[in-house]
Amino acid sequence: MSLTDVLFYIVFFILAGATLTAALLAVTLRNVVHSALALVGSFFGVAGIYLLLEAEFLAVVQVLIYVGAISVLILFAIMLTRGLMKPGESAVNGQWAAAAIIAMFLFMGMLLTAARGPWPINTTAITTDMIPALGTALVTTYVLPFEIVSVLLLAALVGALMIARE
Amino acid sequence: MPPIPISFYLILAAALFCIGLYGALARRNAVAILMGIELMLNAVNINLVAFWRYISGDPAKNQTGIVFALIVITLAAAEAAIGLALIIAVYRSRDTVNVEDVDLLKW
Repeated sequence: MSLTDVLFYIVFFILAGATLTAALLAVTLRNVVHSALALVGSFFGVAGIYLLLEAEFLAVVQVLIYVGAISVLILFAIMLTRGLMKPGESAVNGQWAAAAIIAMFLFMGMLLTAARGPWPINTTAITTDMIPALGTALVTTYVLPFEIVSVLLLAALVGALMIARE
Repeated sequence: MPPIPISFYLILAAALFCIGLYGALARRNAVAILMGIELMLNAVNINLVAFWRYISGDPAKNQTGIVFALIVITLAAAEAAIGLALIIAVYRSRDTVNVEDVDLLKW
């Protein structure tokens, strides 16, 4: 194993640990504002994982849309619906133990599937700049899903405006 | 050639998905439930990108995984906008974001 490989592993474990810790904090912290901030940390960790997978464009999109837009949207929603958690009230509902058990079993099932392998491994190195190819693919091969998803986003945002308006 | 085996990414995505699932099932605050759903969508995206990098023929030519992940991110944005608008509307009419108190349609 070369030095670069060791570095790859170290970076992966740091990123994965940070992502999972932040995600765990996001679902367990009592204060919703704190869990939204932990969620931002988790989004950043996922962007780092994309960089590790050599999907640079997606990493930038992740930071722009998740860290930039969706977190701000969530924080705005929390601010607009503030002041309702009474001091002694629990952050989880009555079925939290069942939910934890279901999540644990699902994780074990997926762990067994993922670890079973061997997965076919592609050894092709990415040498060219992928972003022009991605842009071309979006307006040629995938033009229909691209257009449909843009219309859907427009409809969803207009609908959100209608619903949230007084 | 990335040195890390793909199963590491799959296990990370599985853990992230299950944490999100726990958040979506167990939290009382509707905004926190949406946050759990966002975590689950992120986990799915990690899987898509990992499979694109490791399994699709030539990653530079076959961009399906990236395009799929981009579409999922767009859908997540639409879902967050609609979900939060609904939460604000419910808060206006019922003065709560606790999902246990929003039981108008319960039999």
